[in-house]
Amino acid sequence: MKRPLLVAALLLLSACAQPLRGTGDLGLVVERADGRVMVVETTTNSMLASVPGLGDLSHAALVYSRDARFAFVFGRDGGLTKLDLLTGAIANRVVQSGNSIGGAISQDGSLVAVANYTPGGIKVFDTATLAPVADIPAIGADGKASKVIGIADLPGRRFIYTLYDAGEIWIADLADPARPALTKFTNIGKLPYDALITGDGRWYLAGLFGEDGIALLDLWNLDRGVTRILDGYGKGAEPLPVFKMPHLRGWAAAGNEVWLPAIGRHQVLVVDKTTWKEKARVDVAGQPVFAMARPDGRQVWVNFAVPDYNVVQVIDVPSKRVIKTIEPGKAILHMEFTPKGERVWLSARDSDKVVVYDTQTLEQVAELPAAKPSGIFFTSRAHRTGL
Amino acid sequence: MRPGIAFVVVMGLVASATVATAEPVASRRDQLRDMVAQDCGSCHGMTRKGGLGSPLLPELLAQYPAEGLIETILDGRPGTPMPPWKSMLSRDDAAWMVAYLLGEVK
Repeated sequence: MKRPLLVAALLLLSACAQPLRGTGDLGLVVERADGRVMVVETTTNSMLASVPGLGDLSHAALVYSRDARFAFVFGRDGGLTKLDLLTGAIANRVVQSGNSIGGAISQDGSLVAVANYTPGGIKVFDTATLAPVADIPAIGADGKASKVIGIADLPGRRFIYTLYDAGEIWIADLADPARPALTKFTNIGKLPYDALITGDGRWYLAGLFGEDGIALLDLWNLDRGVTRILDGYGKGAEPLPVFKMPHLRGWAAAGNEVWLPAIGRHQVLVVDKTTWKEKARVDVAGQPVFAMARPDGRQVWVNFAVPDYNVVQVIDVPSKRVIKTIEPGKAILHMEFTPKGERVWLSARDSDKVVVYDTQTLEQVAELPAAKPSGIFFTSRAHRTGL
Repeated sequence: MRPGIAFVVVMGLVASATVATAEPVASRRDQLRDMVAQDCGSCHGMTRKGGLGSPLLPELLAQYPAEGLIETILDGRPGTPMPPWKSMLSRDDAAWMVAYLLGEVK
């Protein structure tokens, strides 16, 4: 008598439970005005869930746990939300500062660090519980609190980040979380606005707004200190107004080249990664915000600041020519490639939709309604340094 | 000829007297509200509590003369990332935007 009951109970359970699935084709789309994120999948381009209650998501960013099941969402209001992609629910949430900009997850997945504007500094949390682990204020050599930008993970339990107001790069080593060890590089240049780390974890580049140039740190040779590359790349020309800060984090590396948005000129800069010298410039339709390489490095996709943000340009990397200018919608804020790059998702904020393009044909293949979408983040980021 | 000239002069005076207070039309006001939320918001925060740019809350802005705030929007602040918006905004637009940020108009 017992066995049939057990079987019946199991059948009932499995009927209620969701079918098993992986997370490798999942992602999140931020609906910034509503404090909500969409859980999406990229195999058939659909939405699986809509998760509200994440606070102020203007300029929201997120990172993934190393099992690619959970996202850690960094809200503008200092909220840190742990979100379960499989259940489409909030697993945990803390409000950890007044004003934050982004974060990073450690190589081993155990720590999540949040970069804060107010009060300036980083706070580190246990990824399992979101319990606070360390609080490291960013007081520059000038004695003043500084906003923190450009945070990324380094091998070991280390994070690298940049002090915007003070013009410094810091590395925090949390091998012993109770006693974080700091390495500081001062006088790196004026107003570093964003930074990136190359996917191999070797090079850290901080773009300078207050000067024509980029601060470069060789993380394999820290004793060499910060050097300057592309010094005076805009010399002689009157800079154009920058109506939105470029983002370096969606950095583009294609072979031995790094592609960077210029500041105050309507160009994308191509830098040789072996010499760190400028190799080429490509004229584009406006002030670039993101210059992102397709995962195979064959194309770079560029979006722009207002008022040119309705267009996106596709550059062919070998020939360094714009091969197509598309208008996917109004106010294109972000782009994200599928893990192997056959498609790219673009958020069209003022068209209230997300648009999917085939990267071979450069034609639209799908679209999904979304309320004022901004950032798009796929789980393939879980296994990449600096993302 | 004289009455004509006098008419032009009077019209000119009327126009200049109303420049500071000429309210943009309703559709333009919608665009300006959007710009404050989205474009100003990308640096100053959608809730205007600040970001890379300083907070734009009414109690902070009220410390400055409105004329200076209008100039800042139109001409930017050299040495900072605040760009000049005059290619996209008229003086009337900027004046209305300042009043909107101060909470004087909705």
